[in-house]
Amino acid sequence: MRFTGALTSPRMRQILTPSGALVDEAPMDDALASRLYRAMVFARTYDRKSMALQKQGRLATYAPFEGQEAAQAGSAAALEVDDWMVGTYRDAAAMWMQAYPMELLFAGRTGHEHGGRVPEHVNVLPPSITVGGHMVHAVGLAWAERLQGSSRIALTYFGDGATSEGDFHEAMNMAAVQKVGTVFVCQNNGWAISLPTAEQTATETIAEKAIAYGMPGVRVDGNDVFAVYAATREAVGRARSGEGPTLIEAVTYRMGPHTTADDPGRYRSEADREEWVRRDPIERLRVYLSERGRWDEDWQMRIEEQASSEVERAIVLAESLRAPEPEEMFGAMFAEIPPHLAEQLAEAKAAP
Amino acid sequence: MTTTIAQALNRALDDALAADDRVIVMGEDVGRTGGVFRITDGLRDRHGGDRVVDTPVAESGIAGVGFGMAVAGMRPVIEMQFMGFSYPAFDQIINHVARIRNRSRHRFSAPMVIRIPYGGGIGAAEHHSESAEAIYVHTPGLKVVAPSRPSDAYGLMRSAIDDPDPVVVLEPIRLYRAVKEELADEPEFVNIGIASVENEGRDLSLISYGAMMKECREAVKRLTDDGISTELIDLRTLTPLDTEAVLSSVRKTSRAVLVSEAPRTAGFMSEVSALISERAIFSLSAPVRRVTGWDTVFPLKRSEHLYLPSTDRIVAAARSTVEESV
Ligand SMILES: Cc1ncc(C[n+]2csc(CCOP(=O)(O)OP(=O)(O)O)c2C)c(N)n1
Repeated sequence: MRFTGALTSPRMRQILTPSGALVDEAPMDDALASRLYRAMVFARTYDRKSMALQKQGRLATYAPFEGQEAAQAGSAAALEVDDWMVGTYRDAAAMWMQAYPMELLFAGRTGHEHGGRVPEHVNVLPPSITVGGHMVHAVGLAWAERLQGSSRIALTYFGDGATSEGDFHEAMNMAAVQKVGTVFVCQNNGWAISLPTAEQTATETIAEKAIAYGMPGVRVDGNDVFAVYAATREAVGRARSGEGPTLIEAVTYRMGPHTTADDPGRYRSEADREEWVRRDPIERLRVYLSERGRWDEDWQMRIEEQASSEVERAIVLAESLRAPEPEEMFGAMFAEIPPHLAEQLAEAKAAP
Repeated sequence: MTTTIAQALNRALDDALAADDRVIVMGEDVGRTGGVFRITDGLRDRHGGDRVVDTPVAESGIAGVGFGMAVAGMRPVIEMQFMGFSYPAFDQIINHVARIRNRSRHRFSAPMVIRIPYGGGIGAAEHHSESAEAIYVHTPGLKVVAPSRPSDAYGLMRSAIDDPDPVVVLEPIRLYRAVKEELADEPEFVNIGIASVENEGRDLSLISYGAMMKECREAVKRLTDDGISTELIDLRTLTPLDTEAVLSSVRKTSRAVLVSEAPRTAGFMSEVSALISERAIFSLSAPVRRVTGWDTVFPLKRSEHLYLPSTDRIVAAARSTVEESV
């Protein structure tokens, strides 16, 4: 079993060590750090609850993100509320932070089309299920904003696996050539289903790929919410001021299976995973906050309760959606239902 | 041995790897983990990582590299993890794999197999339930097969691997483990281009392929109980289509119901319907009916039952066809 010990690479930026010690200047005040801590607790609660619901048959296949909370929360926190976000099936935490309602995230996972009904003024695309096809979209979105005189930028999430798709190349190249305000955030979680990063790419890092496109590439400890936030804030600043795109590689680990349909025991050892338990993104921030007098058991209990009740609220809403009627399938294919679909809809409704 | 379609495919690949050094199996997660459906389970252990290759996530690359290998004398069997993920490989498959023989006037050819799990019914996420066989059938230069039972899965896969031209093997996801059959110790090859008459009948020809055969078999039972003598045809191969099997059946029964879960418009059954109207229309005593999916995106889990043709829909269409007869 091969695994790159990427975490020790000298080029990987880290601000908060796994034991919660600062090795560089903190990029945020305690209030924001507390807010991100709370967000990560919410995210983990959502994620673990989703795994449990899937086992009960209440959700369809689920792709857990445990271990990647800092990579998502730290980067999402660097965005303005109306910036574009284009992520994948594993980016629910980031999407939620960018105002994609939790009940819609659940709804999609129950297999209800309504999960894709992004609220007005939320500039988050529904998650990309195809690997790699969505990064170019973030180039178009940001470019269009610039053409329309807006300072909105676009951030896109993808995995190490997605960098092997041709569309990754096209997105990176076009964004760089046009100096588009797109932030590329690769959550390198070590795996693409069963393929380890070392067999995905022959480069030592994902970040160095940026060089070939003529954009900056930075590599950060993806489990260090400070490092992720700092790198993303810088990249967002560049994007917004017209300096062009940035590639950020957030080195992290997929603690769970690829999805609930996957059995990681077939291709990786428990030892790798254990190693990453020590690098947990939430625990290190807890230690930091605690040392600054911003964390105690009481608060922990309170936010855990808040997280549970928010998650419960969202599940109840998602599960109380009306069972889909045929209209759900036909109604959103075009702005208006064309005649041949109207005919088929009638047939579907009359079907035995 | 009682065998599922999944096991039969596994065995076909195993036997082909053993029989022919030129065979190489490539795709995302096909090696160590044996494929997301475990169709390639154990093959890497038995034949080595050089012949059962886990590739990066790069469908266009897999197809294009497969093309290069095939032209240079190998017999690649590539996997597209789900049909929806074969779309990024269209450029390679349609523009190159399917055309090199014609372009080079036979000098080069791409004898390769493109395995594509297809169809819905497993409550999966978007893109995991596609039934876009019409696109492959509509691509000149590709053969397309769609087995619905283990013996055909084995036999067509072996024939596909030995075929001198590229063959798309459509694997019905929801039947992988739902259809069982005794498989001989040395199972036979099944010729590409030959349909199978599964049930002889006088009143109606029920024609389908791949994943929908299960519902069709159930429908035949119910129709027979109703006194409608139903001939069931499993096309097995879409390109080249066994036109004679279709036409002789329809000439005998004078009625046809065509079943496919793909979107209706310009689906494969449109072609079969056109064939019947061009060459057997005077034998018909009722309009040809199609039972298909809708011209919509395949829906998510909670709506699947509204999309996939059910046994009820097939039976109802068959009954109406018989009732409407002149
Ligand atoms: C175009 C495409 N090919 C294949 C798949 C099947 N698939 C889903 S996730 C995945 C691995 C992706 O790995 P990575 O990009 O590293 O993201 P991660 O799942 O690790 O978050 C694959 C091959 C897909 N969804 N889309």
